[in-house]
Amino acid sequence: MDRIPVLTLGDVLLVSIQVDLEDQLALRLQEDLADRIVSTGAHGVIIDITGLDIVDSFVGRMLATIAAVSKVLDAETFVVGMRPAVAITLVELGLPLRGIRTALNVELGLAALRAARAAEYAEPEESDDDESVAT
Amino acid sequence: METNTALRLAAVLADRQDAVVEAWSDAVRETLRGRLTRAELDRQLADLYTLLRTLLESGSSSLGRPDAADLRSMLSDLSHARARQGFSVSETAISVFALKAAFYRAAGDDDHVSKADFAAFSLFIDDLGLHTVETYVAARDSIITEQSQQLMELSTPVVKLWDGVVAVPLIGTLDSARSQIVMERLLQALVDTGSPYAILDITGVPAVDTQVAQHILKTVVAAQLMGAQCIISGIRPQIAQTIVSLGIEFGEIVTKANLSDALQYALRSLGTDIGKRAPRGAVI
Repeated sequence: MDRIPVLTLGDVLLVSIQVDLEDQLALRLQEDLADRIVSTGAHGVIIDITGLDIVDSFVGRMLATIAAVSKVLDAETFVVGMRPAVAITLVELGLPLRGIRTALNVELGLAALRAARAAEYAEPEESDDDESVAT
Repeated sequence: METNTALRLAAVLADRQDAVVEAWSDAVRETLRGRLTRAELDRQLADLYTLLRTLLESGSSSLGRPDAADLRSMLSDLSHARARQGFSVSETAISVFALKAAFYRAAGDDDHVSKADFAAFSLFIDDLGLHTVETYVAARDSIITEQSQQLMELSTPVVKLWDGVVAVPLIGTLDSARSQIVMERLLQALVDTGSPYAILDITGVPAVDTQVAQHILKTVVAAQLMGAQCIISGIRPQIAQTIVSLGIEFGEIVTKANLSDALQYALRSLGTDIGKRAPRGAVI
């Protein structure tokens, strides 16, 4: 596989990572996502990592970068479907994945995106606070 | 043991069977103090005696030989049963060792048995005794392992409190192994039920030291990584003081005094409203 498919779901982009992320693949995904956010005007990105057995510091940094890039393009990123074993390993390794928002599954991720979006329009001040905590 | 000695001993054992078994049974029964019925004990010892005699009749006294397989398994069964019934090591071993005295008492006046024969017989019984003790210890070990596993399973249930809320009521001291299991079970339950809220209730945890706190914090952070929020409830006053005096930072982790408050918090965050129904027949 030379590129990871990006699916459009309304104004949300859905990426499901099923294979080990190598440097090239990760960079490609980053570029693809940025392009797609701009071309579709998406307001949210959901990255599903149910298929990942291992999340190391490289993958963590890559996810954080994607989140930061999307944020600049006004799209909130949620990483969903992290496996328990992956979470335990990350905690044991002391990699807190800063700047990444997570949800248990795609459904909850979509709900969280909607809630975040609604909060942003309802109370702009509060969403500003959220940003400073997240980054 | 030489073949001749074995055959001689086998002959004497066959000759004096009733007397030896009776003396043996009497000696063993004294130590058992009624925990085994007389009939059962007599049957066990008679079986054992027969197997032992058969082995000696084959001209050998080595427990390692294939002929001795029956005797070995009989001894193993006996010590397994004794271990499960709660007998001590010496109480189990005496069942075998008592045969020496019984044999001497019942066959001591026999001219066919020399002192050397007695010594050889004694060594043979020692072998049997050692085998019994070894299997007893192995049986005990397996019982202990089984029990600790059962305890582990019993003590870490993950319960679903509400749609979207799971809880783990922790009871007893938390060590690394247990908290690892708690962590894995809780995270798995989050995935399985798709619950964004988890409550760790530590009402039943007698003490919290830095290590336990570390484990709890790790669980909470792991849950957060997966996109769920963990609430800690049931912190007792003394534990709260310990946590503060140890300088453990709970940071942004939500803590509540009891499970009810934690559930209420989770429900409110989920947007679920719970209110009292208007009393029946109330005039509005």
